[in-house]
Amino acid sequence: MYRPKIEVRGLRYEAGGAEILAGVDVLVPAGEVTAVVGPSGAGKSTLLRAINRLIELSSGEVYLDGESTGSLDPLELRRRVGMVFQIPALFGVSVEEAVLYGARLAGRSADPARLLEVVGLDPSMCRRVPETLSVGQQQRVSVARALALEPEALLLDEPTSALDEGARRKIEELVRDLNARLGLTMVFVSHDLSQVERVADRVVLLAEGRSAGQWERQEFFSTAGERARRLIAGRL
Amino acid sequence: MEGMQTVGSALLSLGLVAVAVALSLYEKLGLEKEIGVAVFRSFVQLAAIGYVIDFIFGLESIGAVALLLAGMVLFAAWTSASRAGDVPRAFVVVALAVGVAAVATLGLLLALGVIPATARYLIPLGGMAIGNSMNAASLTLTRMRDDVREQRPKVEAALALGATGRQAASPILKTALQSALIPLIDATKTTGIIFLPGAMVGMIIAGANPLEAVRLQIVVLYMLLGSVSIAAILVGTLSYRSFFTPRHQIRKAMSDE
Repeated sequence: MYRPKIEVRGLRYEAGGAEILAGVDVLVPAGEVTAVVGPSGAGKSTLLRAINRLIELSSGEVYLDGESTGSLDPLELRRRVGMVFQIPALFGVSVEEAVLYGARLAGRSADPARLLEVVGLDPSMCRRVPETLSVGQQQRVSVARALALEPEALLLDEPTSALDEGARRKIEELVRDLNARLGLTMVFVSHDLSQVERVADRVVLLAEGRSAGQWERQEFFSTAGERARRLIAGRL
Repeated sequence: MEGMQTVGSALLSLGLVAVAVALSLYEKLGLEKEIGVAVFRSFVQLAAIGYVIDFIFGLESIGAVALLLAGMVLFAAWTSASRAGDVPRAFVVVALAVGVAAVATLGLLLALGVIPATARYLIPLGGMAIGNSMNAASLTLTRMRDDVREQRPKVEAALALGATGRQAASPILKTALQSALIPLIDATKTTGIIFLPGAMVGMIIAGANPLEAVRLQIVVLYMLLGSVSIAAILVGTLSYRSFFTPRHQIRKAMSDE
């Protein structure tokens, strides 16, 4: 087994009287892309928010490099474990400002032009107004914004669900590229198994708030792929 | 003046309420019951406060005045908190904000010698400061609550980048403060042109010199601007803890759509 960058053990989370996560165990190896798949309502997004403590766990533990995240300063934890959402939500009047948002709050410096290059955008976009970019470009700016904090891991919550096919492929390539070049550990939530096949090294299956298995990509598609496909399509 | 001298004769103005009820029935607005409750409550409450104020005037005790104003603050906090019932700690937040706003503005007027320390000034001015502060507090609190819910993706994105709850909600606070303060600022701008404020109207009807009425009205308006701003800003500042946990997470109470 690889050294886990992130380890989730016995995670439960309830809200409004409903148990959204009812016992989840996940190992995220360092330097790999781990996909989290499952039907909608399985708790995929909640799992990501539990990892960077955007929500407080009802019980269970999340470890980062073997250290319980409950004992870490939550702001510092979120700087170490970045997150990209479905909708980009950029802040500021320019792309440069949007990229630097988190770094400035942390009192750190970053090079926005270089970061734009890293995510495959033209550095001259720094002066543009974020809203004038396409949604796909905005999503890449939101990746650059997360990278500005030099995170050790990146959580991606269905980052391509608001994008068209072309922009989706570019984000997928970016994920592979960041993983290859920076060795960045990533957790990628998706409900699209063909995307998972293109992007992931490992696959975690969630169903009804519980972990239903964890595989290497090839093993997943040869043994559990069909079951996962049916589960995602209609919980059969 | 003769027509206004008894409570009984004031009841004759109920004829005007009948117009509102008739409109509601005719247009099927379904507001008759609400109008009835409002008329009944306003009558009972005003009559009661009339007797209470009359009683306190008789006591000539500053302590009794302070007690009455404190009671008004608590009632304001209760009213405001029930409007924003799902915001944790709403009562405490509003009570503190409205209380501080009233004490600060009345205290300043007293310290500067603008008004004398008598029940005749403190109770009506305090009531206006508290009532207007309560409205601003409710507006600020409900607007922030709605925006934290509606703009959850933005708030979460900021938190995920290492922002504190306060930093993540600062754009929301800004718009909430604007929406709470703009109505009063506009009313202050147009006062005397579009409408004559209540205090001034009352004094003129009661036979006061219009210039004296204006002097007092100016004091009232500036006091209201001060107290409303203080209340809104305090609610904004104190309510972060209602929306966010100490670990900079959006509270669960805010995620129930």
